Amino acid sequence: MLAKRIIPCLDVDNGRVVKGVNFVGLRDAGNPVDVAKRYNDEGADEITFLDITASSDNRDTILYVIEKVASQVFIPLTVGGGVRSVADVRRLLNAGADKASINTAAVINPDLINEASSFFGSQAIVVAIDAKAVNADNSQWHVFTHGGRQDTGIDAVQWAREMQARGAGEILLTSMDRDGTKRGFNLPLTRAISDAVDIPVIASGGVGNVQHLIAGVLEGRADAVLAASIFHFGEVSIREAKLAMQQAGIEVRL
Amino acid sequence: MKTAIVDYGMGNLHSVLKSVQEAAQGVMQSEQIVLTDDADMIFSAERVIFPGQGAMPDCMAALNRSGLGDAVKDALQNKPFFGICVGAQLLFDHSEEGDTQGLGWFSGSVKRFPNNQFDELGNRLKVPHMGWNKVHQIQQHPLFDGIAQDEYFYFVHSYYFAPENNSVSLANSDYPSEFSCVIGQDNVFATQFHTEKSHLAGLKLLQNFLNWRP
Repeated sequence: MLAKRIIPCLDVDNGRVVKGVNFVGLRDAGNPVDVAKRYNDEGADEITFLDITASSDNRDTILYVIEKVASQVFIPLTVGGGVRSVADVRRLLNAGADKASINTAAVINPDLINEASSFFGSQAIVVAIDAKAVNADNSQWHVFTHGGRQDTGIDAVQWAREMQARGAGEILLTSMDRDGTKRGFNLPLTRAISDAVDIPVIASGGVGNVQHLIAGVLEGRADAVLAASIFHFGEVSIREAKLAMQQAGIEVRL
Repeated sequence: MKTAIVDYGMGNLHSVLKSVQEAAQGVMQSEQIVLTDDADMIFSAERVIFPGQGAMPDCMAALNRSGLGDAVKDALQNKPFFGICVGAQLLFDHSEEGDTQGLGWFSGSVKRFPNNQFDELGNRLKVPHMGWNKVHQIQQHPLFDGIAQDEYFYFVHSYYFAPENNSVSLANSDYPSEFSCVIGQDNVFATQFHTEKSHLAGLKLLQNFLNWRP
């Protein structure tokens, strides 16, 4: 049956991996192509790049990175960060990305999701949702933008449904109250989103150990789990994570 | 030997090209791999790869607009042909997606996975079927050479093929019930999964195709 996916995510700034990774023996831990190749060899199911390049002058650097990665890494590649238009999506996909991830732009102009999915197919469009609890018992969540600082007032579950209706093929859900904390995903949020939509959900934000990945699948009902630090800093290898998930009864590709 | 990858405007063609080039590294004879929207290039190629991504009606419309339909049909008749994803679905009579007529090379139709299917643990199965799933070979085929039984390949699709004649089905997967994911007959071989996104197993399959003398 369909395996649950593990997706390492890399922040890329001006064509370089931000903060680097800690792979022993990796010649250039700042080169996204080398890092992607390494994750690919280690059993990653997909790779995600988040382009955090601030200056609009250097927006093309990521395209070069994508082309190189697509020549050497033969698993799906998703790229997000600053995707604002159909033209942006086209550039990424033409360079070799399989999916483009859209976050803030969808909030500003939800029609973009209809347009992009209509042009490229739903399978190429991931909508990234950053959400946080807005009540004390963690049963209501809003969509936040600007790195989790700005409350849009939009209900996250409704938003996920709307994104599906507009043609998103997949949701990347980041638990913004957990991101960076290593306390695990916001499980009630993850589960609510996963139950609300028919499309796959990737859980992200807060992973500190393999138990969090397992909980994301078993309790959060996520179809895939995305993590950055635990893999980058060598705390857990992808293989270790998959073995632990398998032990917990989750089907993984090993 | 020239292998033409048909560019009719649909699909992640860069990925297909790169993975076929990578696979070509492992073949004995020198291979020229071309990504082309030129009918003459396809007519003159020894092998043809036919990718496809997105919605079936859009792909069929794009194929019609491209003027490459005759070259593709000629390839289906005469040379080793590898269809991928919607490129495989297009070979059937009809798809429920947009009620679209296909090329009719294989008898049968393409149907949608229903929403609200569950696995044995009671978890809801999402549509599209997206991710790595096991491919169970049910017939011998030279393209399966060196590929383990129940190997994982990468799928992204909401529709699956239902061949009228079981003898053309070469492999199945489950979601949650069995569905055909590789079809083949004579010189034609086609996969529902994205061979070009399936890591080493996908590369091996492409390499076998480049070496194939049906």
